[in-house]
Amino acid sequence: MDFLMYILLGFLVVCAVAVSISKNLLNSILIFMSYSLIMSIIWIRLESPDLAITEAAVGAGVTTVLFFVTLKKLHTMKEQEEEKEAGADQAGGEKHE
Amino acid sequence: MSEKKTHKQKFSEWFYGENDPFVAAMPVQEQKEHQVDEKTLQEYEKERAERHEKVFDIAHNGKIRAFRRSYRVLGVMMCLLMISILLLAVSYLPRTGNPANPDNNEVSRVYIENGLQDTGAVNVVAGMILSYRAFDTFGETNVLFIATCCVMILLMLDEKALHTSGLSNDRFYEPKNDWILQKIAKILVPIIFVFGIYVMLNGHISPGGGFSGGAILGAGMILYVNAFGFKKTQKFFNETVYKVIKVGALCIYGVLITYFFFMGANGLNNHIPLGIPGHILSAGLILPIDVLVGLEVACTMYAFYALFRRGGL
Repeated sequence: MDFLMYILLGFLVVCAVAVSISKNLLNSILIFMSYSLIMSIIWIRLESPDLAITEAAVGAGVTTVLFFVTLKKLHTMKEQEEEKEAGADQAGGEKHE
Repeated sequence: MSEKKTHKQKFSEWFYGENDPFVAAMPVQEQKEHQVDEKTLQEYEKERAERHEKVFDIAHNGKIRAFRRSYRVLGVMMCLLMISILLLAVSYLPRTGNPANPDNNEVSRVYIENGLQDTGAVNVVAGMILSYRAFDTFGETNVLFIATCCVMILLMLDEKALHTSGLSNDRFYEPKNDWILQKIAKILVPIIFVFGIYVMLNGHISPGGGFSGGAILGAGMILYVNAFGFKKTQKFFNETVYKVIKVGALCIYGVLITYFFFMGANGLNNHIPLGIPGHILSAGLILPIDVLVGLEVACTMYAFYALFRRGGL
């Protein structure tokens, strides 16, 4: 099973590099989330399931959500935001579609 | 008499709110809105554009070119240096799982051999962090408490601004909740809550414990808020509940752990029955402390999300 461990560690390195290289902030958050997910699998392989649970809940769950909320507050998710604004203009004040 | 007051009088006056030392002692001016002249603004823009052209004229500015090139080279070299230093340090580390490693000393041996007898917890990790080193965990819980306090100080809006201003309304473009998310959350949220409570209550028997269970609970609550909105969540979790849980859990934890350590901690007669190892109601103080830590962590997670999202709970 050492083979699986090497694959996971390789993924970890790839994710870590990809987070810093990716230009799109949304993408880098998603990659960071997958990094946490891989890390939690590695924790299980290292026989510490309690850390794996915590990593999955905090690293992959809560941290990612906080990043998303921050991005939304900073209006950094540009493409989506513009689409929504265009949609709102077309609807002409109507709230429901 | 009224000219000279003793410190005690001054303090009592300030304490009972009769005399505020800052009222009428400091000059207070009404703030005027800052107005920008159209002309100065244009001049400023022009100047800025000129300066920008001058400085970033890369074809003629040799210094900038040299700086950029050396910056890239030095950056790569610094990275490589750091990587090589860290890899060198790792290569000196002993191999994982070797019995002759320095971390396999008498401390861990005593914990592993006497853990079940001293703490009554089947899960050695829980016995270690919540019984042998309970004060460490108390410090960590305090850190969580202080972190949420700081986030509240920075991001919390007052009651009026929360309800009136559009600043907190980040659902302007999506007033309706997502139907798919709601249906899935209806199925998933109870399961997540039950799993979180299970992990919390079984901290001394199986892997997990207060922190993991609390994190799962908090994540479940965030999912619930996302699906059903803040109004529904406030029916069972508003600011009052949050304050009571947060402060109450920390205080009870402090009292419990102080009692535990004053009565002699592990191995001595401290009037706390250890029970039969493997049962839910066993392991002395570990179970209540697990629950308290879990509540604290769940509140922290949810409060972070709510404060980031709309500046209020």
